[in-house]
Amino acid sequence: MRALRILLPALLGLALWQGAVWVFAPPAFILPGPAEVAGALWQNRALLAEHAGITSLEVLLGLALGAGLGWATAIGLAASPPLARTLRPILVVSQAVPVFALAPILTLWFGYGLASKVAMALLIIYFPVTSAFFDALRSTPAAWLDQARVMGATPARILWHLRVPAALPGLLSGLRLAAVYAPIGAIIGEWVGASRGLGYLMLLANGRAKTDLMFASVLVVAGLTVGLYRAVDALAGRVEARRRA
Amino acid sequence: MTPPPGLLFDGRVRAGGTTCLGPVRMAAEAGRWTCLLGPSGVGKSTLLHCFAGLAGGMTLKGRAGATDGDPLDGRVALMAQSDGLLPWLTVAENVTLGARLRGKRPDRNRAAALLSRVGLGDLGDRKPRALSGGQRQRAALARTLYEDRPVVLLDEPFSALDVAHRARMQDLSARELASCTVLQVTHDPAEAARLGDRLLILTAAGIAEIDTRQAPPIPRAADAGATLDLTGRLTRRLLEVA
Ligand SMILES: Nc1ncnc2c1ncn2[C@@H]1O[C@H](COP(=O)(O)OP(=O)(O)OP(=O)(O)O)[C@@H](O)[C@H]1O
Ligand SMILES: [Mg+2]
Repeated sequence: MRALRILLPALLGLALWQGAVWVFAPPAFILPGPAEVAGALWQNRALLAEHAGITSLEVLLGLALGAGLGWATAIGLAASPPLARTLRPILVVSQAVPVFALAPILTLWFGYGLASKVAMALLIIYFPVTSAFFDALRSTPAAWLDQARVMGATPARILWHLRVPAALPGLLSGLRLAAVYAPIGAIIGEWVGASRGLGYLMLLANGRAKTDLMFASVLVVAGLTVGLYRAVDALAGRVEARRRA
Repeated sequence: MTPPPGLLFDGRVRAGGTTCLGPVRMAAEAGRWTCLLGPSGVGKSTLLHCFAGLAGGMTLKGRAGATDGDPLDGRVALMAQSDGLLPWLTVAENVTLGARLRGKRPDRNRAAALLSRVGLGDLGDRKPRALSGGQRQRAALARTLYEDRPVVLLDEPFSALDVAHRARMQDLSARELASCTVLQVTHDPAEAARLGDRLLILTAAGIAEIDTRQAPPIPRAADAGATLDLTGRLTRRLLEVA
């Protein structure tokens, strides 16, 4: 049943794809068919794996650093209302800057290597994590806060023993979002300037009209993203289940 | 423990243009158990919150405090109308929450002893979600007793309990809090008749008191003549003021 739920949409997508190829009969460099892309996937498996490894490393590092930084920022904002009043508008405005526009600057600052892509992934997830966690930190049930105050708790202890654990679900939903965004950040970074990674491979394949390889790279990126999301989701689910039972 | 102070409220509480309580004058005698009854929405919980220093969002015109003139901060334990158990802590950890929030080492033995006294000796390692409504309420009672404060505010503390547990928890609380100033809100006249040294009815018109001078000391037997008589008089008054 479960397998069917995943398999059916996948089969439908493949059928549509193959149908379009049959009906419109486009040249292979415009739209290769599923069979050709599968062939390219298999032939270039070593190449794809090598570049996927690079991209995965960037994504994982960006995810870890961005999540850590977002966690710390949210706690800092929650600890100090004046700080929150000052910084929160800046954070929100910073979101109006398209990340694409930052990518060349990051490449300029951090070079063509790993660092600029990690920075890109970090930047793209920093706000969702910070914002989800901070919102949760601000919405601790009033009855719990009241009780803690009557018990004689200081604001710092209320934050640490009450607000942070109560906001854990918010942090986890921020991390789930981050798992989807982080690969986008890394790929953008690789587009702007890189000599390795799936984003680089896509551009390379595109430039040489190897559209089947380009599609294969896209599929691998999608697979990576889904895999990462499922891993984070499963981990978050386990943390949530343990927390309550 | 220093002798517990009495409580005095004199004023009114408003929130967003509506009156939540009063104007009224209400006193709870030092070292005694005072039961507060009255129709829903009249401001009983609001009154307890004022003594607990939780008028947040509301404005108190007048005073709410201890009769010895010192602030009540750090001298009050509150068992609110909702149990307030934290879902990520075990029942035992919930009982010692106050210690952790004050930066003190939790006294696990005391928590275990209190939990077994409220009949939850085997459930200390469970999370609150795995408790029934009545078990949750008893866990909250254990947490309140753990606080060991001279002034104890109880907001409908036994409302979710079956008859037998209710009687047992009433006896336990009367024993544990014998030297405290207790202000208990309840809707149950029979419970008030068992526990109240003083019986107050709060209405929109003010405070009415039921005379308990002839009654035996608390906790009174549920089926004793004096208790039944008090229950009857209280019920009649509650019907009159409704
Ligand atoms: N934050 C608030 N803002 C506005 N009105 C409030 C607020 N809190 C309580 N009230 C109002 O104040 C009144 C008193 O509320 P309170 O909870 O003290 O009643 P109560 O006597 O404890 O009732 P019950 O027996 O049902 O628990 C109610 O009419 C309620 O609607
Ligand atoms: Mg109430």
